[in-house]
Order: sequence, then C-alpha cells, then structure tokens
Amino acid sequence: MNFSGIRAIYIYEMTRFFRTFFQSFISPIVSTSLYFVVFGTAIGSKIGTIDDVSYGAFIVPGLIMLNIMTQSTSFASFGIYLPKFVGTIFEILSAPINSFEIILGYVGAAVTKSLMIGIVVLITAHLFVDLKILHPFFMIVFLVLTCVSFSLFGFIIGVWAKNFDQVQMIPLLVLTPLVFLGGSFYSISMLPPIWQSISMFNPIFYLISGFRWSFFGTADVGIGLSLIAIATFTCCCIGVITWIFKTGYRIKS
Amino acid sequence: MTPIIVVKNLSKTYSSALTALDNISLEISAGEILALLGPNGAGKTTLISTICGIVNPSSGKIFVDGFDAIKDYRKARQLIGLVPQELVLDSFETVLNTLRFSRGLFGKPKNDNYLRDVLEKLSLWDKRDSPIMTLSGGMKRRVLIAKALSHEPKILFLDEPTAGVDVELRKDMWALVNSLRKSGVTVILTTHYIEEAEAIADRVGVMNKGKILLLSDKKTLLKKMGKKELKIELHDPVLVIPASLDSYKLSLTEQKTALLYSYDTSANRTGITKLLNDISKAGLILKDVSTRQSSLEDIFTNLLEEKK
Repeated sequence: MNFSGIRAIYIYEMTRFFRTFFQSFISPIVSTSLYFVVFGTAIGSKIGTIDDVSYGAFIVPGLIMLNIMTQSTSFASFGIYLPKFVGTIFEILSAPINSFEIILGYVGAAVTKSLMIGIVVLITAHLFVDLKILHPFFMIVFLVLTCVSFSLFGFIIGVWAKNFDQVQMIPLLVLTPLVFLGGSFYSISMLPPIWQSISMFNPIFYLISGFRWSFFGTADVGIGLSLIAIATFTCCCIGVITWIFKTGYRIKS
Repeated sequence: MTPIIVVKNLSKTYSSALTALDNISLEISAGEILALLGPNGAGKTTLISTICGIVNPSSGKIFVDGFDAIKDYRKARQLIGLVPQELVLDSFETVLNTLRFSRGLFGKPKNDNYLRDVLEKLSLWDKRDSPIMTLSGGMKRRVLIAKALSHEPKILFLDEPTAGVDVELRKDMWALVNSLRKSGVTVILTTHYIEEAEAIADRVGVMNKGKILLLSDKKTLLKKMGKKELKIELHDPVLVIPASLDSYKLSLTEQKTALLYSYDTSANRTGITKLLNDISKAGLILKDVSTRQSSLEDIFTNLLEEKK
C-alpha cells in the first residue's frame, strides 16, 4: 500500500481547498443564513409545524444534505478533472500507486471537505433554530455515507467530463433539482398523491428522509429503506469507478 | 553493460486503429544516454509513455531493472522519472510543495534536504516558495525536471526537453543531462534536434511509423555511415562533367560551378590526389576546395527517405 502517495494526493487536495478557504466556508454560511431568513422566518412562520417539528428546524437536515451532496460532487469532480484538464494527470498515472489508492486520496479529501461544510451548515443552523439530534449515531452514519457516495459520484463525473461545462452540468441540472424535489424543504405528505408517488422514484428523497429521521425520529419512509438506498448508490458508484480504472476510460489510452 | 530497460515485442494500437508502436524490441543499458529521433507521429512519446505506465500496451513486455512494468508496476515505476514535453504544472502551487507532492506520490518519505539539493542543482532554490505561475518558461521546465528527480529515480525520461527553448537554455539542459549521467542516472530523451543527439547521446535510435529503424552507438554510426564530401569549386562553370571523370561518380551543383565528390574517410585511399590531377588533366581550373563531414541529420534524413 502506497500510504505516502495517498497522503500526497490528500494533502494536495486539502491545500487547494484551503487556498480558497474564505469562499469555501463563507459561501455555505451565507446561503444557509439566507435559507433560514427566507424559508425559516418569512415562509416558515405561515407553515407552523410539520410532525411537531418547527418548520425552521424541519428544513435543517434538507439544507445540510443539499450542501454536502452538491459540494461532495463538486469537490471530487474538480479534483480529478483539473489534473486531466491541465495535463498533470500524467504524474498520477506514472506513479507507483493503484486505482484504489488514487480514489482514497481524491475521494478522502472530497469527503473531508464536504463534512467540514456539513458541520459549518449545522453550526450556522443552530444559531437560527433550537435543534436536537435524536439519533446522533445515525446522523453521523448518514452524513458520512452521503459524503462518501456523492464524492464517488463526483469522481465519476470528473473522469467522464470533457470540459468544464460537463463538470458542472450534472450537479446543476440533475442533482440540485433532485435534492429540491426530494423533500429538502417539505414533507411529501404535503404533496398531492400523484406527486407523492413520483417522489418515490427520486433516490435522494430516501437519503433526506433517513437523515431527517436521525434528527427528529420521524420520516416519510422507513430508516431501513433509506440505508438500503444509500448503500445501493454507493455500491453503484464503486462499480462504475472499478470499471473506469479497469478499462482506463477517459484516463488512460 | 546490464540492461536497465528491456522492451520485448512491444506494440500499441489505439482504438482508432492507429498503430503507434509496431513490435518494438530494445535494450537500454544502465548509465547510458539514449536519444530517440524521429518525425512527429513516429511513436517516440508513445514508447516512453508505455514504459512509464501512462499508456497501456496492446502486446509485448517491458522490464525495468528486472521488474515487469505491468505485474511489478510499483517497483518498476519507483525507478522512473518522467519529464513531459508540455509545461504541465499546477500554476497556483509553490515550487517546493509541488516537489514534495511528487516525492510523496512515488512513495518516498519526506526529505527536504534532498529536495533542496535538487533545487540548488537546477538553480531553483531561491524560487522554492514562489507560485509556479510566476516563473519563466525555462524555470518551469526545470521545475518539471526537479519533480521527475524528486523521488531519486535511476532512469529519467525526457520527452523533447528542449523543444521551443532558446539556445542558452538548451546548452544548460545538455550540461544537466551530462551531470545526471555522471551521477549514474540513465537518460532516455526524445528529440527533433539532431544536434542534441549528436551533442549528448551515447546511442541513437531512429523511429518512424512505430518502428525503430536504427539503434546504434553514436560514434559507430557516424563512423559507419558518415561520409565526407569534397567540394571543388571551378573557375568557370561547366555544363557536363567530362567523361574522363566518370569513375569518380561526381555530381554537379545547381549553379554548375562546383563538383561534389563523396568519399569514405576510413578507406585506405580517398582518391582525392588522383581526382585533383584528373580534373586538371580534363582542362578544368580549380578556384577553391572545401570538405564537409556528414552529420546525424544527413543519416537521419537518408534513413527516412530510404524507408519511404
């Protein structure tokens, strides 16, 4: 095992993150605060409670999920796309390091970064609403698994992308709508029956539901189903990445 | 000498059906400088990229210091440093940090003293904390070399190291390659510049269309294939070479003012004295005489033309 190689990639990626420390942290703090001002205070006061949880607190798990899903995907996709774009990927490919170690370096860094963002959003939320976490263990499990799976997903996008537009296309056009429609800011019980059925086909709905359960003990679907959803998504990403490295798809000719 | 790199029947065909390497076999001795010459698309970069692990071979074997480059890729790759043709660097990173990254990537423990030595040799120590984007093109190329040397490789691949650089930097680069050889590093470089191969290589390989057309010791090559040319300038132009001089296989310059005579310097008799006498007997008046040694460039050009 080339631990030194993994460490080198990890430190390199974290250094890149800290170079833009201000925008990395300030951006989620500002956007979370805005969500609380708009949804929590202005709109939330009209909604009241959902499952005995104030609307301001209800949206916290969705907000954290929104941030970590988009940030994990973005961090990991840029992490691997940049060396491809600049050409420095030659160094990774010619180094005595295997695909698993490369993933550990890149995905490990993306997970760390998005976990930090998740914690920052949680702390910011705490400033606005009174928040209690009923199942902290499961909260951490969901948080980590989501960061890992979406970082793996981002890695796939970074390998697949041929230009910067493609790097941003999936997170913007697919991921963000799915997160918004997955019950980030509402319970699907508030939707008409037809939309409730459609929401069941949105994989992100299960993750948000499970994550919300870890906070308040109530969810749209059972916790088991949510865990199966996240595990399935993680396995799919691992399968695709294994295939990428086996075939050298868009990395090695 | 023991070969440090052994390539056996190596072929690479891309998905586009382009055959970049066609059944190549070669051995590279430890401590030598091998220059690979060839036109664009000859397969030089593909060959070194395949040895370094960047390109997957279609068939064939590569051994680096006895290690199979596919099965024992970790041991094989630890021995190799690669300097690519393009200036591919992270512009925002500092010089020292990018070297630390390269060293770590190749599994070596942190050793800033060694990195300092490398940077000092390449006159980059003063720039260690500078972001790469602030460096000149020549400095960036030296950073790439420093990165390739950061993990103490025994073999260094230089892909067109002096492409697009000025004469002064090119000579600095040659001096650096020579100093690397003295420290025991095997250097394999690809180049378009024949003078580069002539100046620093021990052996020269000529590639074209994915094949090695020739691989030979540089001195032997020049001796074996090198010819000298005698240019005899005439006082008055001649339209036709006199029949009495047919045996010398002379050629006439375009301006018809000089005769060209090719001869082998290693032969017992060059025939120059007799030729000059016969020219005089043929009634031609000499104006000047000069000689020119054929270079690797002539050999290279002739070889490519022969294979067309």
